[in-house]
Amino acid sequence: MRYELPPIPTVDQVAAEARARSFTTRSIKTTAKRAVLKTIVEMIDLTTLEGADTPGKVRRLCRKAITPWPGHADVPPVAAVCVYPTMVEVARDALRGSSVRVAAVATAFPSGQSFLDVRLDEVRRTVDAGADEIDMVINRGAFLAGDYARVFDEIAATKEACGAAHLKVILETGELGPLDQVRRASHVAMDAGADFIKTSTGKLPSAATMPIVLVMLEAIRDHYRATGRAIGMKPAGGIRTAKQAWHYLVMVKETLGDEWLTADRFRIGASSLLNDVLMQWARLDSGHYQAPNYFSED
Amino acid sequence: MAKRTKGSKRIAGRGERVAVVKTFKMFVGGAFVRSESGHTLPCTDASGAHVANVARASRKDLRDAVGAARGALGGWSKRSAFNRGQIAFRIAEMLEDRRSMVEARLVDVVGLDPDDAAAEVSSAVDRAFWYAGWCDKFAQVLGGVNPVASPYFDFTLPEPVGVVFAAPSRRSPLVGLVTAIACAIAAGNTCIVVVEPKHALVAVDFAEVLATSDVPGGVVNVLTGHRDELVPHVGSHYGIDGVAWYGAADAAFATLERLAADSVKRVHRLDDRGAASWRREHGKSLAWLERHVEWKTAWHPIGT
Repeated sequence: MRYELPPIPTVDQVAAEARARSFTTRSIKTTAKRAVLKTIVEMIDLTTLEGADTPGKVRRLCRKAITPWPGHADVPPVAAVCVYPTMVEVARDALRGSSVRVAAVATAFPSGQSFLDVRLDEVRRTVDAGADEIDMVINRGAFLAGDYARVFDEIAATKEACGAAHLKVILETGELGPLDQVRRASHVAMDAGADFIKTSTGKLPSAATMPIVLVMLEAIRDHYRATGRAIGMKPAGGIRTAKQAWHYLVMVKETLGDEWLTADRFRIGASSLLNDVLMQWARLDSGHYQAPNYFSED
Repeated sequence: MAKRTKGSKRIAGRGERVAVVKTFKMFVGGAFVRSESGHTLPCTDASGAHVANVARASRKDLRDAVGAARGALGGWSKRSAFNRGQIAFRIAEMLEDRRSMVEARLVDVVGLDPDDAAAEVSSAVDRAFWYAGWCDKFAQVLGGVNPVASPYFDFTLPEPVGVVFAAPSRRSPLVGLVTAIACAIAAGNTCIVVVEPKHALVAVDFAEVLATSDVPGGVVNVLTGHRDELVPHVGSHYGIDGVAWYGAADAAFATLERLAADSVKRVHRLDDRGAASWRREHGKSLAWLERHVEWKTAWHPIGT
């Protein structure tokens, strides 16, 4: 039986933008700020997805993931390190014995334009190499052509290929168009068995924005109410400052509730964000404003 | 409308027009902004009448300005020296072009007589022009090849310090300000200045000159407010690399030096003089530009 998209409410774009904006006006200071910075660190998927990635760079990132700020034991490790499939073994070895998980992008990331069997094989081999989490991209070509059943089947097949590994489904919202499409794609991914839905690959100029993430969070909420299945959310790309990150946390709390404020259900895909969080942390500790050139750049 | 006298709170009569008192904004990151705190300070003319309001820069405004200056630093310091010079010349051109506006402000608000106002603007244009000329020349003059007793070609080059904070002269309304900015940006730094209410309107006029003269956003940031209020925040902010404090009081400067030690800022206490002295020669020296550079020495092996 072919998958059919269930009836989905339309999205009011103006209202979504206004509501998303309303989450940016909370005043978070002192102890609350310290708590939120710690929470952000615990939710980061520290990411390096460059053609120029070397084993040395991945190892360095892994060390930073385990100990983001050497000499400050109160700063926790991040949630995961996110790398290309060929770097999974390096990351797994570097992270052994720590709580940091290995996430890998697979399925012909970032375009997804390859044959299904090749993509599935890539997923299996990546999991065999030691990835705990797989970030897949959906088939945007099929989605935009209206072939939701094909998108569904491919995600379901990828989920099966993942085995025990968690599956995060990247919608690449920058290529989907209006918010209604984002909402549709979210439902297809969740129905097909995604553990997380994720905004973007980070390879497009238009990455995670608050209205897009709000629509996805509301889709998660409605899915949870309908099925009882809790899906995680991962915004990625474009979140560079601690302040931006806590705007997202406020939105998660006020849309889905405290249950989603854990690394099991919310992640932030980022690379430079961690440096800004540490900078704000140092500002809280010292009372003085810091400068980025005192913190590492990757 | 009748001229108001000091301290009077005149109420407009029936049918009489009520003048709008403008609140001038600050210039941060290439945009004109209000203070984040919402606070303003009254500006009075030489007779004490309230003529306008200016924003009162807070710690957060300073932080925003540092962010803007730091963001602009990479682009500005990596431009060719010649291009920096072209832009600096453009500042002088635009100031010349808008001189009637600035002269009027110097007469109406600061209380200079028209001849002094004209001389002040002329001197400020010349000062901007003079430092613009140094943009692509100071490195050759200040840097050089060092004679070393080993097989190395050893040379020293000046590089920008980074983000410079300047509290300009309190006595020279325009030349002091232009000098403080020009000697910092000519060396490839980005800068933040804070101007006190007495000369703030002239400074905002100059910010309008900057906004229309190809200076990239964030290279020059003009705050208005009380400079002594900002001393602790300037001193302790790690994002500020150099400080030029003109005519500093002993206590304030001691605080600044103590706080700045942590981040190894280059802190300079500079002589403030009367407006006439600034107009003539004060501040017109390569040594002033040299304060805002760091030295880099390279040892290049050569065959013996």
